[in-house]
Amino acid sequence: MATKKNGPVIALGVVLGIGFVAPLLAGQPLGFFLEVTLGGLMAGVLYSLVALGFVLIFKASGVFNFAQGAMVLFAALALARLAEWLPGWVGIPAGLPALALAFVLATGIMIVLAMLIERIVLRPLVAQDPVALLMATLGVTFFLDGFGQTIWGSDVYKIDMGISKDPTIILESMFQGGILISKEDLVATVIAAVLVLGLAIFFQKTATGRALRAVADDHQAAQSIGIPLNRIWVIVWAVAGFVALVAGMVWGAKLGVQFSLAQLALKALPVVILGGFTSIPGAILGGLIIGVGEKISEVFLGPVLIKAFDLAGGGIENWFAYVLALLFLMVRPEGLFGEKHIDRV
Amino acid sequence: MFYRENGQFKSTYREDQQILGIRQDRWFIFGLIAFALLVVPYWGSDYMFRAILIPFLIVSLAAIGLNLLVGYCGQISLGHAAFMAIGAYAAYNIVVHFPGLNFIVVLVLAGLVSALVGILFGLPSLQIKGLYLGVATLAAQFFVDWVFARVKWFTNYSSSGGVSTAPVEMFGWTIDTPMEKYVFILVVVMVFTLMAKNLVRGHIGRSWMAMRDMDVAAEVIGIRPMYAKLTAFAVSAFYAGVAGAMWGFLHLGSWEPAAFSINFSLNLLFMIIIGGMGSILGSFIGAAFIVLLPLALSQALPLLNNLGLKVDTAMASHLEFMIFGALIVFFLIVEPLGIARLWAVAKEKLRLWPFPH
Repeated sequence: MATKKNGPVIALGVVLGIGFVAPLLAGQPLGFFLEVTLGGLMAGVLYSLVALGFVLIFKASGVFNFAQGAMVLFAALALARLAEWLPGWVGIPAGLPALALAFVLATGIMIVLAMLIERIVLRPLVAQDPVALLMATLGVTFFLDGFGQTIWGSDVYKIDMGISKDPTIILESMFQGGILISKEDLVATVIAAVLVLGLAIFFQKTATGRALRAVADDHQAAQSIGIPLNRIWVIVWAVAGFVALVAGMVWGAKLGVQFSLAQLALKALPVVILGGFTSIPGAILGGLIIGVGEKISEVFLGPVLIKAFDLAGGGIENWFAYVLALLFLMVRPEGLFGEKHIDRV
Repeated sequence: MFYRENGQFKSTYREDQQILGIRQDRWFIFGLIAFALLVVPYWGSDYMFRAILIPFLIVSLAAIGLNLLVGYCGQISLGHAAFMAIGAYAAYNIVVHFPGLNFIVVLVLAGLVSALVGILFGLPSLQIKGLYLGVATLAAQFFVDWVFARVKWFTNYSSSGGVSTAPVEMFGWTIDTPMEKYVFILVVVMVFTLMAKNLVRGHIGRSWMAMRDMDVAAEVIGIRPMYAKLTAFAVSAFYAGVAGAMWGFLHLGSWEPAAFSINFSLNLLFMIIIGGMGSILGSFIGAAFIVLLPLALSQALPLLNNLGLKVDTAMASHLEFMIFGALIVFFLIVEPLGIARLWAVAKEKLRLWPFPH
């Protein structure tokens, strides 16, 4: 029986920890350091939101849903455009009421989408090789990217949640200049926390949630006691679609709704590698680690590298997450909280 | 009626082992090669060479490389354009530092550099597989993108970040017209196709396929997983590197790191899914499909507009995305082995036609 080898993981953790505090040791001001860390945590929350969608679907159906990023884009586009069009259609005031109605409609759209994906893509491919399923979701990704931009348009759209974009300065008394945080990021964090809490309650307390967990544990056993697999898949894709909608709303409000959202969401892949494919806490912790690591390395390590190797600019955050995930795969493929997988002939 | 091997007896082992065992296949392939080498160069237009045939041949080569890895060895790669980038930049640097070197040598060296990096990024495949490996290869893609965009040495300190190349010269022959480029690429692709065909029917190809079908079982019967997987990565990256070098020097001429982005990688993957996983022929079919579809769509635009549908170029590119996506799902469901498999089925039917049995 193989026991979990923790040595390399701890070593990697120590290296990351040293990397994390290194800027302080190198004499960077504490206030600035905290500001960067906070910024990283906020970005991490957003990664976690997308990663959450991955984990939900993977747990329930064993599908590695490459299309989660496309779903985020699709949902965000639907939300932004509906909020823009609805005042003209039904005469409700623009702004928050329109956004709220658009949110409800977009949720409906994501549920329909989940049903279609289950019916058209997943059911015919049931019990296929995971790699084939991954490629099928790649196909879904491309289809959704094209379809979404065809019906919703392909410009940059705004989602206005009615929150001021002005940064707030906190802890001014403790540090010189204080710490800059944006209200938007705070709201995003609160939304993410509420969502995670809601999901936890849904999974623990409701009958559907229990059925979902049963399916995640053992498909065949769940089916044999009468849980309808097809319906569970629709539900889990719908929930993942809802999570994508929330992520799209928060991200869209921050960065504008545009095609790059789908690309940004690719960052959630290393997050789930880090946290483990089957663990919701892992997705959240992984997102935070990657968010912080990315920002710290970009801000503090970037200039050092540029100087040392005469680079043409930073951009470490483009690959930091992936390379970290790669290292992590070498020492513990199942992720921080994932289940160990044993092969049998 | 026409496609029947009645009366074609194989009396020696040599005959039994030839690649094209049926006389009709042989005629067809040799006819095709003769047509491509002798007729097309005189008859084709510059546009045809530049927009269709050259990209088609080069991406076919890259798709063969990817197919060796994904289709034959079962190791997924979502970042194969990174190896093409490595080949292209390696070739560029070799040409910059050793001017006058024969371009064939440059190609081979570029392929070797790419193969080395391929082995490096293939190392995770010893521990992980499937989805996990996909993420590891994505790491290769993003890291390589970044390295070529930021490390000035690779671009020979050019101020724009892009690189440009002079026309290729070898044996005193300057390859500068599209027709000459086409002929050169065609010959290279033919040689590499033959090599790939022989690799996959030999010992090493069989061990790749065993790894793909069931890695634990393959290990039990004595196939070394490390050797099989790393050779697959090396050969695949070699092909991608050669294709990348040709893409840079003969197709683009001057390029930026964005030329080998993740979208290129995904397109390569689509080629082998649509064309046929684990099939050399499929790599060509898939490449032709992916190269021709955007052109066909742009040709069809006026037609659609005449029918009263408002379709502009942005819409056409979205449409392209949708068609790719839908086709991938369609082929995975209906025919996971791609168009090449349909072709094989059609050939089986043809052997009996017009009789039912």
